[in-house]
Amino acid sequence: MASTAELLHPPFPKHPGPLPGLGYHRPRPVLETMPTVPPLQRGKYRLGLPRAWTYGWLLGPAMLLAYWAVGSTSGFIDSRILPAPWVAVTTGIDLLQDGRLHHNVLVSALRAAQGLFFGATLGVAVAFLSGLSLVGGYLFDSVIQLKRAIPTLALIPFFILWFGVGETMKVTMIGVFVFLPIYVHTHNALRGIDLRFVELAETMRISYLEYLRHVVLPGALPGIMLGLRFGVMAAWVSLVVVEQINTTSGIGYMINLARNYAQSDVMLVGLLLYAVLGLASDFAVRLVERKVLSWRRTLGQ
Amino acid sequence: MSGTMHTGPIVRVRNLVRRFTVKGVLNGLDLDIAPGEFIALLGRSGSGKSTLLRAIADLDHEATGSGDLFVPERISVVFQDSRLLPWRRLIDNVILGLRGSDARERGLKALAEVGLAGRETAWPHELSGGEQQRVALARSLVRDPELLLADEPFGALDALTRIKMHGLVKRLVSIHNPAVLLVTHDVDEAIALADRIIVLDQGVIVADLPNAHHDDDIEQLEHTAATRRLLLRHLGVGHDGRALAPEAVDAAH
Ligand SMILES: Nc1ncnc2c1ncn2[C@@H]1O[C@H](COP(=O)(O)OP(=O)(O)OP(=O)(O)O)[C@@H](O)[C@H]1O
Ligand SMILES: [Mg+2]
Repeated sequence: MASTAELLHPPFPKHPGPLPGLGYHRPRPVLETMPTVPPLQRGKYRLGLPRAWTYGWLLGPAMLLAYWAVGSTSGFIDSRILPAPWVAVTTGIDLLQDGRLHHNVLVSALRAAQGLFFGATLGVAVAFLSGLSLVGGYLFDSVIQLKRAIPTLALIPFFILWFGVGETMKVTMIGVFVFLPIYVHTHNALRGIDLRFVELAETMRISYLEYLRHVVLPGALPGIMLGLRFGVMAAWVSLVVVEQINTTSGIGYMINLARNYAQSDVMLVGLLLYAVLGLASDFAVRLVERKVLSWRRTLGQ
Repeated sequence: MSGTMHTGPIVRVRNLVRRFTVKGVLNGLDLDIAPGEFIALLGRSGSGKSTLLRAIADLDHEATGSGDLFVPERISVVFQDSRLLPWRRLIDNVILGLRGSDARERGLKALAEVGLAGRETAWPHELSGGEQQRVALARSLVRDPELLLADEPFGALDALTRIKMHGLVKRLVSIHNPAVLLVTHDVDEAIALADRIIVLDQGVIVADLPNAHHDDDIEQLEHTAATRRLLLRHLGVGHDGRALAPEAVDAAH
């Protein structure tokens, strides 16, 4: 490896010495014979990401908002197709003032949280059973892969048959939506644990519990957290579906009702609510993720 | 020390056979290791050195075979990569699975022994390769092993760091006094560290040489040169660096 000094100041070209038969020539001044090399640009070449910008993630949403606002003012976006952003805000404030909004949000959030809790707990538990034991894998994994091939939406009629049209059906449904990504990612992470670390643990003769605590759990945690992020999103998204069935409250119900009366501004508020709630909970999960995975050094940091 | 208790070997390998699918890697290998003995294991690439080490360490789940293996209870393994858990700080890596209320204290002492006192809360990725390997050494010695197995532990280090590691290993081994089986590609490393040097070829041990350390410099030099030439011949390298014909290697065995 050449040192930095060498790169910045390449070695001087050798003087060729006296030419045969021509006698001795005075060497020309060294500077004249130096090739003109542009000074090297240090620190410009980089394949990884540069330093993160503060609030850089707002760029995309801000552009989208700007496009939407400009489109609405100029009439390029018809207000019957998509109301202007400020209409969403004023309608939202109206809804807040008559109390409908927070009631609906609260009901929806409760459903999502319950579904998330059951789905995530079961997803992680089954993934551990099927990921860490051979028999568990044979028992559960193929069944769950089979289920993955069936759209969850197609299960709704059966769920109504089994659980009725009440809260139980809705929470179960959300749980199923949440279960799948969490199971898949956790299982994948468990089966992907580096064998070298398993081997190391074996040479130390540590107990199975210690193995779980020191090798398996931290090794699979990135996958579990990723699954959780998908799961949280799935909980919110599944609300749209389950709250169309026999409901009198919730964001989905609010949207549905608005659709029947062609209130596109209320529908829009509902959509934005989903977005905000989804993003906020994803952000929360990522905070936790950053905290528990602080040892990691990756491109994303 | 363990040496005073039993007089017999601490490791006894008899007629060890290991094969992967159909290919025989170890073909009836015998080996004894005395307590506190430092053995260097040489052999060409693919000769089965790692396979033997993994058999002794009980890590060869995927190999089939037969033979008798008597091994001590406390065995530590050092791998070519340091295998520090990236999600545990150094001290927690060192005392992983260690029991007793003084585990942390012992871990700190072990880190100090390898010259990393004060770094206990660092993450593994904050260390250089040589430092990581020193932590791996501390992690294996803190368990007070009767047998230390090391598979090319310095293979990934630069020459200068490797020489420093040799000094460190010598010092630590003289303190903890485990029996050592060190796999290496480096003939000079074997001569510098071992009490006994064995060469593996075709799945059996083909050379078993004592490697005394001489106080007299001239004697040591002569011994080193002779041992080196002999070992290289067993490994299929002639005195001028050319590859030897198979017959010549067999004759050397
Ligand atoms: N898990 C495995 N599955 C199949 N074959 C294997 C496996 N491990 C080792 N082998 C084969 O066994 C032979 C001996 O391998 P081993 O790793 O013991 O060699 P080695 O002496 O340690 O070589 P090196 O010096 O390159 O590390 C090789 O031919 C290798 O291909
Ligand atoms: Mg090997």
